[in-house]
Amino acid sequence: MSLEKGGIIKHDISKSPKTGDWAYSKPEVDKDKCIGCETCMIYCPDACIEMVKNKKDVKKKADIDYDFCKGCGVCAQVCPVKAIVMKK
Amino acid sequence: MNKELTKKLSSGHATCQGCGIPAIVRHVLGATDEPVIVANATGCLEVTTTIYPYTAWKVPYVHSVFGNAAATAAGIDAAQKALMKSGKIKKKAKVVVFGGDGGTYDIGLQALSGALERGHDFLYVCYDNEGYMNTGGQRSGGTPYGANTETAPAGVASFGKAQQRKDLMEIVNAHHIKYLAQSNVAYVNDLKMKAKKALETTGPSFLLVLQPCTQLWKFPTSEYVAVGKLATETNFWPLYEIEDGKYTINNVVKNPKPIEEFLKVQGRFKHLFADKNKQVIADIQNKVDENLSKLVKKAQ
Repeated sequence: MSLEKGGIIKHDISKSPKTGDWAYSKPEVDKDKCIGCETCMIYCPDACIEMVKNKKDVKKKADIDYDFCKGCGVCAQVCPVKAIVMKK
Repeated sequence: MNKELTKKLSSGHATCQGCGIPAIVRHVLGATDEPVIVANATGCLEVTTTIYPYTAWKVPYVHSVFGNAAATAAGIDAAQKALMKSGKIKKKAKVVVFGGDGGTYDIGLQALSGALERGHDFLYVCYDNEGYMNTGGQRSGGTPYGANTETAPAGVASFGKAQQRKDLMEIVNAHHIKYLAQSNVAYVNDLKMKAKKALETTGPSFLLVLQPCTQLWKFPTSEYVAVGKLATETNFWPLYEIEDGKYTINNVVKNPKPIEEFLKVQGRFKHLFADKNKQVIADIQNKVDENLSKLVKKAQ
């Protein structure tokens, strides 16, 4: 592996570690309970929550990217309606 | 991965589970649509986002050494001025510095002071986790009185750190800069509002943002938001801003909780609840009240 000229390192997501491997528990979103308030999305340290609208939903609901979720549990803690539960 | 939030700092970085630092970076950088250049002091953020060969940064990013992040920003600002003068660029990018409390209160203070005094156009953001957390939790100038740290351990003869925190806001304010503010990662709207104001300021601006550290404040990984909120609800960490010397308290707490509420959720203050250390808690409460009344006076 060699450095680019000037020692510049460019962002390349394929070189990223999959930090999802760290998780010892996984958040699960109860889509019926989720009110789409985005609180979990804002506080997620790894930006792995996106608000996604499924066909049957009226509102966008939290959707978690397990490739990068470290399983910290912040989303479950901040959820105002307790729609996220940490599961082993 | 959230596309909007990872435009400037991607996922895949190695901050600890439940660390709020990346949230601070995203909300600060998300407050502007203009191009940004980031300079970073050595610290948690630097070591976790730049593990070779991966970098989580999608914007130009410079890390040189521990103590000179502000000097690096000053250099970037001066270089942009020169390029503007010679017509090589038409518009300047925003320069944002991120430093921890070690890189700001202690090691980088001289460089910060110099850059503020020279009036460079940059925003300095200090994420304050109150110690050298990346190396195991040694005390820093930002560590509060009574905290158990690696280099100020609590035990039979000691109750932890015996000195008060530096008042960094007043040190920075003494440079007569146009905008500086104290914020908290648990109050995202407050943080975003302040970041926007700071980035719109011409000349130096400064943000001091509380960042509860799950590893060395010793609380569960899911709790950084809750602990951050307690810091402000007990008036340990009031949210305020100073614009052209004028103080404004942004979040007046009507019924402040006793400081024990904030201390008891953290392992680093566990020893204070032993009988022999009761006085230390009383001292902390007195200091919190004193600091708040001083702040209220200044804001009148």
